[in-house]
Order: sequence, then structure tokens, then C-alpha cells
Amino acid sequence: MTDFIQLIIAGLATGAIYALAAVGFTLLWQTSQTINFAQGEFVMLPAFFCLAGIKFFGLPFPIAALVAILLSMLVLGVIFKFAVVDPLMKQGTLPLVISTIGLAILLREGVKETYSAEAQRFPSFFPNVNLGTAGFNVSADQVGVLIVATGTILLLAWFLASTKTGRQMQATAQNPTVARILGVNVERMVLYTFLINGALAAMASLLISPIYLAKFSSGETLGLVAFVAAIVGGFNQVRGAIVGGFLVGIIDNLVAAYVSSTYRQAVPLALLVLIILLRPQGLLGRAEERAV
Amino acid sequence: MSRTLKIALGVLLIAIFIVGPADLTGFGIPWTGLKRYGTYILTLWLVTAVAAMGVNLIVGYAGQETLAQAAFLGIGAFTTTLLQKAGLPFGLCFIASGLVCFLVGIILGFPALRVQKHYLAFVTLAFSVFVWLVIRNEEWLTGGVNGIQGIKRPVLFGISLRPALYYYWLVLTLTAVLTGMMWWLLRSPWGRAFTALRENSVRAESLGIDVRGYTLMAFAIGSGYGGFAGAMYAPLVEFIDPSPFALGASLQYLLMVVAGGAGSFVGPFVGAAVSVLLPEWLRFAEGFYLIIFALLVMLLMAFCPTGIVGLFERLTTKARRPHADDKGPTLGTGTGSTTVAGSKS
Repeated sequence: MTDFIQLIIAGLATGAIYALAAVGFTLLWQTSQTINFAQGEFVMLPAFFCLAGIKFFGLPFPIAALVAILLSMLVLGVIFKFAVVDPLMKQGTLPLVISTIGLAILLREGVKETYSAEAQRFPSFFPNVNLGTAGFNVSADQVGVLIVATGTILLLAWFLASTKTGRQMQATAQNPTVARILGVNVERMVLYTFLINGALAAMASLLISPIYLAKFSSGETLGLVAFVAAIVGGFNQVRGAIVGGFLVGIIDNLVAAYVSSTYRQAVPLALLVLIILLRPQGLLGRAEERAV
Repeated sequence: MSRTLKIALGVLLIAIFIVGPADLTGFGIPWTGLKRYGTYILTLWLVTAVAAMGVNLIVGYAGQETLAQAAFLGIGAFTTTLLQKAGLPFGLCFIASGLVCFLVGIILGFPALRVQKHYLAFVTLAFSVFVWLVIRNEEWLTGGVNGIQGIKRPVLFGISLRPALYYYWLVLTLTAVLTGMMWWLLRSPWGRAFTALRENSVRAESLGIDVRGYTLMAFAIGSGYGGFAGAMYAPLVEFIDPSPFALGASLQYLLMVVAGGAGSFVGPFVGAAVSVLLPEWLRFAEGFYLIIFALLVMLLMAFCPTGIVGLFERLTTKARRPHADDKGPTLGTGTGSTTVAGSKS
């Protein structure tokens, strides 16, 4: 039983990080119909911004982390929007999808060639102590990750639901034409979404890298997980992505411990297929109205 | 270009493909042919083009998205290898590989096509990772990470096709047959129906076309081509392991087809050429070649989403008619304002 609870806590901690990535993924999809195949690489990259800050500029870790978040908002938010997404919006979904696949390769190989092909150790914000009693292990790391990630998500949920800007963003996501008529600055709202996605990806990156190490290729798995979490929860709902993230995190940990570690990756995917077959709009999503 | 000129060019091209890599000095022609490695790359290009043709049918003609072609290639390659080890002749292995992938395509596509467009992409993505896991984990069947070695090249009418050039000729023949079949398929009422689906699926449905049935067929046949490509791939490389059949490779197939020109008959051949030959040309760039490749693809998508074939057509039409409008009017070109119904599905 203690094993089970420990696994659930570990699952919640990684799940909260997956949720961060999945929420960003969903936000981009909602406001700009961008299926971002580079989302995993977006989560991989900020850790390297931080490492580069420490290694080449001698920044202390907290400052480097802050710089990494700001740099991610600039590169993965602003530059990604203006240089990649905007020129491709008018070309339709497929060219954009292809372009993000290209971007994923670009970021992955770019990090490999310019920084390192080896997995990098990454400092943690939290002390390496056991908060549990004898026989029951809960590390401060897990609790810290869970609190920070959940806090970020709650803050975002509050922002989207209770501030004027947040509500305008939701209006933009649901119906840009009407939002524009009602006086919402749609272009600015879309830009905000990209900024938020950049920040969320950076948070996820800084939290997950101490656990799984920072490596150029880790985006492949992370992207897949964010993808699965977003679809399982409901592609068009932010809270769906949150639930999806936690669910995938817990299932991932339980499967690895009790079922099979070699087929660990397959279980979230089986869940994905099951959801698509039985409830294509996702657990919490609403059915998307057909275009015609 | 006049019709006779076109035919003459076609014949010349085919002749070049047949004798190009061969050593012609014995016939008094000063051409020593390609070396072993050159012939290998040319064969690999043909194999890749066959798989890409399948993707083109699914993406370019039926308007769906597949992220599993490398997985089908893997299924085809392992089917051929295992059947060959069991003593079956290559011809049967080849046909079986295509059939197995066709059937798997039907089983996979049938439920996925019940729902909207992107879901086929999601399901194939999951499938592709799953196939890779099976190849990696089931050592008793696939050799796991160590793969299977010593795959024999076929023997035809008592002649061993072990030499690179002979095997190239076999692959060239099979590719020609598969290309001919694809050509026939696209010219048949079936092919017309595929295009109708891509252009306007609602209208196609109203004209009595069974949208789901045809899309499923396109997906299954396209996947079958992946199987055929896999059957030719295994004896070519003589050693198979899980890595060429991973998700990244499947993404690469989608990438090359769109970069070449989705929905154009020669697109897959151009795309495969870019994907197979570019790394050879960019040897000097070493690790940076993938970065250059990714940048090229992104630029191509931004400025010419119809791919290299489209770019070529645009340039040649422009030369003839200076004010040629190569694109129809595009609705809602603003950012974010594009979501007037329609663009969502």
C-alpha cells in the first residue's frame, strides 16, 4: 500500500509537469489551430538555455532559470509566432504541421551540435531530503515539483477565468470573428497565448530536467506525452489537458512498476486510441461542431 | 512540350535508369557505371520512393494524414525476413508483405476514420510507437535491438541477385510495376473519387461517394505500398533492427512527401531524392545536414507549400506567362482571423 501511495505521488509530480506542456499545446491549438509537433522540443530547449547561462555566463542558477523563462517566451513565443506560424497560417494546416516537424528536427539537432549530445545533469530547486518517515519515501523534490507545477496551472486557470485579458483570450479561442466584432484585440490575444506557451514550456523544462536529465533527444518522449495528455483530456479544453496530464503521469508510473517497463510507453498510447474510439472529444472536451 | 517529345524524353529517362549504374565499357561506351555504394543509394532511393508513393496516396490524394509509414515499412521488412527464413521464395514474401500491411491498414483505419481528419494522424502516431516497441521488445521474433542479420537477396531463374547492380534491376522492375499500378489506380474511377474527397468531401458524399470506404481504401493501399517498400528494403540492407522504423522515420516520410509535392505524381520521387540524396551531398556539413534539411523544409512550406514540384511548376509557368496567377483567391488570409468555419476541420 505504501508503494502504491508513493507511486501515486510520483505520478502526480510528473503528471503536473506533463499537464504544463499539455496545457500549452491545447492553448496553441485553440487560438491558432496550430498542432505543434515541436512541443516536446519546446520543453527540452529551455533547460539548455539555463545550462548555457550557468556555463558560459557564470550566472547563478535561479537567475539563469529566470533568464531561461524569459528567453523561452521570446524564442518559443514571439519568434515562433512571427517567423514560423504567421507566414504559414494562410497555407493551411498540413504545411504548418510539416513546418513544426521541421522545427522539431532543427531544435533537436541544433542543441546536439551546439551544446552536447550527452545527457546533462540539471540542478534542482529543491533540497534532496526525504519528507516521509521510515519506510515511506516522499522526496522534497516531488512535493516541490507538485506544488510549483500545480500552482502555475491554478494561476493560469485563474488568469483565464477571472481577468479581463484572460476572458478575452477565451473569446478569441472560441470564436475569433465574434471576438473581433466585440472589440477584442484578437492579434494581441493570440500573441499572449504564444507567450504563455513559451513560459509554460520553460517551467515544465526546469521542473522535469532534474528528474530525467536534460538531453537533446528527450523532446520526442515529452512531446508524445503532452500530445496524449491533451487529446485524452479533451483537445479543446484547458482543464481537459490538466486532467490528461495527471492521468498520464499516474498511469505511466503505475504501469512501469506493476505491469511492464518495456511496454511503459505503449499504455498511454493505448489509452489515447481507446479515447479516440469511444469518446473522440476527450474526457472533458465538448464535441466539436462540424464545419459544414 | 509536344506529345512525341514527352514520350521520347520518357523513354530516354527509363533507358538511363536501366543502364545508368551499369559498366558500359564492354560495349565501347566510355562509362564505368556507378560504384557499389552509388548503386546502393540509387536502390534505396527507389525503395523510399515506393513508400513515399503510398504516403502520397493517403496525404496528397485522399487528404488524410499518416504518421506510420515507417512502421508499415518495418512490418513489411520483418514479414519478408521471417518468411524468407522459413524458406519461402522472395516473390511470395514480397506479396505477403504488401498484403499484411494492407490488412493492418484496414484494421487500423476502420475505427480511426469514424472520426474527424486529425484523428487518423493521432491513431497512426500511437500505432507507429507501438510497432517500434514490439520490434524492440519481442526478441524471440524480431531479434530485439540486435535485429536480424544475414538477410539473403533473392535468386531469380537460378541467377543470384546478390550483386548490387542485379538487385537494383529487380527493385527498378518492381518499382516500375508499382508505379504503373498507382498510375492506373489514380486514373481509374477510384482515383477520381480519392481526389473528389480531398477537394470537397461533403460534395463528394452528396454525389454518392462512400467517403469513409474510399478513404479507408486509400489508407490501406498506401500502407500496403509501405509493406512492399519494406520487403525490398530488408534484402537491400541485409540487416534490420528497430531504428529505421521509429516514429521519427515516419515523420520523415510525411515530410519528404509534402516537401516533394503532395498530390503530384512525381512528388514522392522528388521528395525521396531529397531525403536520400541530400544527406550524401551535404556530407561536408556532417551533423549540420539535418539542420540545413529542416530549415529548407520550413522555408519551402512558408513560400511554396505545394513543394518542390509546385515550385518548379510555378517557375516554369512564370517564365511563360509573366502575370500568371498560380494561386486561386485565398479566403481569410489574416492571422487568427482564418477561423471562419471550414478552416477548422
